[in-house]
This record gives sequence, structure tokens and C-alpha cells, in this order.
Amino acid sequence: MSAISCTDLCKYYQQGDAVIKGLDHVSLEVDQGSFICLSGPSGSGKTTLLNCIGGLDSLDSGEISIDGERVDLLGKAALADLRLYHIGFVFQAYNLIPVLSAKENVEFVMQVQGVAAPEREKRALRILQEVGLAGMEDRRPAELSGGQQQRVAVARAIVSQPKLVLADEPTANLDSQSMEKLMAHFRELNHKHKVTFLIATHDQRVMAWADRHIRMEDGRVISDKLQTSS
Amino acid sequence: MANPLKAMSVLAWRNLWRNYRRTLIMLLAITLGVWAMIFMTALLRGMVDDMVKQGIKSLPGHVQIHASAYLDDPSITHSMAAPGGLLLEALNGEQVVAWSSRLKVPAMISSEYDNRGVSLLGVDPEGEQALGFNLEDITQGRFLSGVDDRGIVIGRKLMRQLGTRLGKRVVLMSQDPDNAIADGGFRVVGVFKAEMENREESIVFVGREVIQTMLGVGTDISEIAVIGQQYQSPEMLTEKIRSVLPAELEALSWLQLDPYLATMMRVMNGFVLVWMVVIFLALSFGLVNTLMMAIFERVREIGLMRALGMRPSAIVYQILVESLMLLVLGLLAGNVLAIVSIFPLKGGIDVSVVSQGMEMMGASSVLYPVLLWPDLVLANVVVIVLGIITSLLPAWRAARFRPVEALSRT
Repeated sequence: MSAISCTDLCKYYQQGDAVIKGLDHVSLEVDQGSFICLSGPSGSGKTTLLNCIGGLDSLDSGEISIDGERVDLLGKAALADLRLYHIGFVFQAYNLIPVLSAKENVEFVMQVQGVAAPEREKRALRILQEVGLAGMEDRRPAELSGGQQQRVAVARAIVSQPKLVLADEPTANLDSQSMEKLMAHFRELNHKHKVTFLIATHDQRVMAWADRHIRMEDGRVISDKLQTSS
Repeated sequence: MANPLKAMSVLAWRNLWRNYRRTLIMLLAITLGVWAMIFMTALLRGMVDDMVKQGIKSLPGHVQIHASAYLDDPSITHSMAAPGGLLLEALNGEQVVAWSSRLKVPAMISSEYDNRGVSLLGVDPEGEQALGFNLEDITQGRFLSGVDDRGIVIGRKLMRQLGTRLGKRVVLMSQDPDNAIADGGFRVVGVFKAEMENREESIVFVGREVIQTMLGVGTDISEIAVIGQQYQSPEMLTEKIRSVLPAELEALSWLQLDPYLATMMRVMNGFVLVWMVVIFLALSFGLVNTLMMAIFERVREIGLMRALGMRPSAIVYQILVESLMLLVLGLLAGNVLAIVSIFPLKGGIDVSVVSQGMEMMGASSVLYPVLLWPDLVLANVVVIVLGIITSLLPAWRAARFRPVEALSRT
């Protein structure tokens, strides 16, 4: 059984008289433990696809299943639970909660999950150390650089070890060194814990880390190739 | 679930202070609103309480016993025998704090200069004091010394109207049971003041036996006034007395004797609630506006929380907690301010500049604020309950944001 199964996904947006094709009959099978890179120009449908898989956006037609469960049929609360327990999101804009410190931002998902405080703190500190933010745990987002904020966002996405990580331009604000570190960390999680990664990016260096490279254009998959990762 | 709730509570508290100026302004508004609710209610309670007490004092008594026809025609023909037997036993029972029998008839009082119609009260001075007559209200001379005192005690205003003074003689004229004129001369032995001026001009006190003799009614009386344990609920005492009354007599509580006062007391509770709700309605616009602004400033964050797996119900909870924190802080400050501002006024507020208006309502010229715990609790409950209900709208709006749209907001 596929980790993610997308069948004939369609998502259209009305913009004045024009209809924009966000997703145009996209079908996709993703195995558990895949490390996939989605690429394509802006407006090609990468973010829309990630949003629909994560249940953040609804489809006009088509079916999405995660571990055999139909995501497109779930209600709001069930979708929230799916995201809470099974999916980690990394957004292009870091999207941290400004009133919480780096550690509290990382702990947030676990706190909502109901993880006990000592365990939460231990995991948050460890992951922050792994992403190179040791000593910055108590800083609020406004006191961190763009790259540091992105690393906090990444730490938050992976700290509770979700089965699936959906990352939308996760390295857009990182320097080369940080990008390499982050991708290495993603890869480690992927290898060690069989976490499935679906990463939308424009960055050739990120694409080089992937086992499979899907290219999109105008809401359609125009190529889907396996490759040897770096 | 303790952890998620704590997480949301922490978030709510910190979000509250993101725009501290706005929060402080809203807190000030809630504080003043709560203060106004409690303080004005205490003043109103004090006024109504005073009106009721003054009313009971002028009746007087919590319960009165008369001949059945007396209230329709309060003449000497509708007098009754002095209490005895079971009635006397009941009047001396535990539920009764004090009682006194009086002879009360309409009369004409004349001085050498003028005359006036008054209520002539033949009283037992000791019993009258037990019913509430305060010897400190005697401004000149003395009160009656006994039921056989041949002096008369009149009010200050009546003294001025009659152009008489302490030590002078006045003539009282009334009708005896045979409708013949009965009169007598009395020396003014005392002058009293009253909170309400109309008492000073409409009542005169004379020894009961002296009037009984003047009117030729033996030991008959017009009414028995009874003071019970508490004025607010005289029904039980009334029933107890009724149970031992002969058929030709009736016992009525002050609620029945003065329906206006009774209505005032009953309406007061409803009025307090309406008053509090009206103040809250004014407040609620500010509260909703504050919460709406706070929500629309962080649409993106709310979208993020939804994206991270927070249920819509949790978003509602977070906004409600934020509102609750604001309300509780405002309530604390408002309660403290109200108590601190009412406490120094316990000695009374002099409203003598509007004494005539107050008198028209049956209240005295000194207003004593009455802070009742149930009123304090009611103000807090109104603010919390209506505050939460009012906050449901912004909370519902926040919970309805679609994550993908909220996240795309800049």
C-alpha cells in the first residue's frame, strides 16, 4: 500500500473570467519512506498539491489517500488530527508563533498532542541542538535570523516524528551551509525512521538530495523520474 | 488534555499583551463598567432599602392587626378590643421582636393661630420606641412618659404651621363612636423631627389612655403594630398571627399594607439585572471590537495553528480563554474599585440638596449605599456569562478561517 495515493486531482481557481488550473488531473503514488522533490515554476501547482495532500486545501475532484485513509473525505476535526499526529509541515515563510520562544514553538505541536512536559522539553532541546540552535531556545522569533527561524520551523515539523513531512521551499531562506545541514538531517530522518518527505523547491541543490524528482507545470505532472541522490 | 489547554492558555495570555495599550484600554472600560454596575446598584439598593425602612417605620411595623373594616374607614367606630388570650400569647412569642397597640383616629389640631388635620396617635411611649420611634428625634422637650401622659408631642413642621411652641396649649378635636365631637386641650411637651417632612406635619402623639378616655372607648384600640425578626419576609409571622385571630380582625403584612413599597422591593431585583445588562451591552461593543481586531491581526497565526493540527474547537477555546482573562482582570479591578469606593460612604451620602425629590419617593435625605454579596456575584456572573457569549462571535469567526487562506494572508 502506498503512503500517499493521489488519483486524478483537480483544483481550479477563478480569477476574473480566467480559470487557473492549480491541479489538473494529477495522479501520484508515493511509497512509505520516499524522499521526493517537487519542482516547477511558480504557479505550477507544487504548493497546491502539498496543501491538498495535507488537507489544508480542498479538491474540486479526485481522491487522496494517506496510508489508505481518504483525506478528501475527512471532516475538519479529523483533518486536524491527521495533521497533528501524522504530518509535519515546513512552510516557505517560517510561520512561527511570535509570542512563543524557539523551544515553545517546537514544543507546541507536542503540547497539543498531549505529550508530557519533561519528554516534550527533552525532545525539543535535542532537536534544536540538532538543527544548530543550541543556546537560542528561549529566543522569540523576532530575535532570530531568517535562517534560524526556518530551522525552528523545521525542528517543529519533525520533532514529533511524523510519518510524512510536507515541506514547501524549506531552504528558501537558508545559506548553503544551513541548507546542506538541513537536507542531511531530513535524509537521516528518512533513512532512520522511514519518514516520507515531499519537498517543493526551486533549488537544484535540494533536488539533488531526492530519490525521485517530480516536475510540474500548469498544474500537471510533466515528468516523474527516479534518481540517485547525492 | 491538560497540556493542550495549558498551551492555549499560555498563548491566550501572551496574545493579550501583544498590544498592551489596546488591552489596557479595554481593561479600563471593563473596570469602569463593573464599578458602575456595583456602585450604582449599591446606591439603588440603599435608596430602596431606605424607602422600605422609612415606609415600615411610618406604617409602622412589619405586620398590623386591625378590625376588618378599619382600613376602608379608619374611624373610631372600627376599633377593636385590646389583645388577650391566644393573640396575646402569639404577640409575646419568639417570632415577635416588639409590638404595641395604638389608637389612631383622624383629628383636627388647633392653636390660637391656625388649625390642621392630623392623624392622632394614642400610643404607649415604650411600645412606640420599640416600633422604631427614636428618642433622638425629639428636638425640643421630651417624648411622652406613659399611656396616661396628658401632654402632646408634635412635629417641627406642624409646630411652625400652627405658630405654636413648646409649653403652649393646643386643642385636639375628633369624633367619638357616637359621632359626637370629642375634644381636649393638651400642652406641647415635645417636638420631633422626621426624615420625611410630611410625618412632621401629619402625626401627633398623645398618651393612649388619655385619648381612649377623651373618645370614650374604654380600652379599645385601632391597631396593633408588630415587628418581626426581618422585614424582607413577613409572611410567616403574618400567617402565625392570622391563625389565632378572631374572625372580625385581620392581620396584614407591610407588603399588603403598602403595595407600592412591596413592588419597589420586588422590582428592584429585576431592575438591578436590567441595569447590569445595559451597562454590559455598552461594554460588549468594545469587547467584540477588541477581540475582532486581535483576531484579524493574527489570521496567519490562526491558520498556522490549524495547519499544525489544532482543531477549530481549540481555536474557539483559545479566543474564549483570551476573552475570559480580559474579563476576569477587569472584574477584579472593578470589584476592588467598587468596594473601595463604597466602603468610605457607609456613613451615608448627604443628598439633602434633593431632599424634596427623595421625600417624594419616600426616601430620606441621607443615602446609605448597601453592598449586597448577591449583587456583587450577579455583576460578576453577568459580565462573565454575557462576556463569553459575546466572545463567541469573534471566536467562531476565527475558527472558520480556512488554513490555506489564512496562511496566505500577509
